[in-house]
Amino acid sequence: MTGMIFHPGHEELHGITVVVRGASGRCWVGRYHERTERGILLHDVAVHDPVTAPVDRDAWLARLRKFGIKVDSKYVVIPDSESAEIELLQPPQP
Amino acid sequence: MTYHEMMVKPMREEVTRSGVQELRSVGDVDAALGPGAGTVMVFVNSVCGCAAGGARPALALALQHAVRPQHLYTVFAGQDLDATARARSYFADYQPSSPSVALLRDGEVVHFVHRHEIEGRPPAMLAANLIAAFDRYCSPEGVAKSEAGLKADG
Repeated sequence: MTGMIFHPGHEELHGITVVVRGASGRCWVGRYHERTERGILLHDVAVHDPVTAPVDRDAWLARLRKFGIKVDSKYVVIPDSESAEIELLQPPQP
Repeated sequence: MTYHEMMVKPMREEVTRSGVQELRSVGDVDAALGPGAGTVMVFVNSVCGCAAGGARPALALALQHAVRPQHLYTVFAGQDLDATARARSYFADYQPSSPSVALLRDGEVVHFVHRHEIEGRPPAMLAANLIAAFDRYCSPEGVAKSEAGLKADG
């Protein structure tokens, strides 16, 4: 991160597009809203399912970084059972 | 839903005061982008307070640079819906997001900045991204290098 709070009064990631990698192997990309007891809420979400996707996750992410996010769902709640890892889709370049 | 024009006007002016021409109709867009010659920047403006609130000052900073695209245009997403959709048809390989910036040369997209590359960054960081793209694709030296690279690739 840049050290800049994007939306003051919210979590640091609020409003920022993130990659969420789940324990199930599924991966979500969307704008982070908040983490609650129900899980992580993302808006305008693209989903990669390794079982059905035509390309692997890294190729899918590379395409999203270059061409943008093709939205599959307006929002998704990723349950805590996914023990998800979160990172920025596009970390700032040095 | 569009916002009241009174609220949006300062956001339009923050862009146009840097010499960027606003395209508000399909006809405007086709007249500007249709010929497809030279270097063209299209800034997709947005009411989004944080992302666009950083992108507009970044654009103003970048446009102070000596090297700039030959043509500077903007459309306003969520406000001028038809014009924005038409503008996006000129860079249709890229998913719609706003704010965003497209840089075209002779009708081809050579650089694109998505909203996800703007969120959470200070304006200076986005300005540096744009200036690097202007130098690479819009300066005579950059154009020569880029064309040499294309020939080598081809």
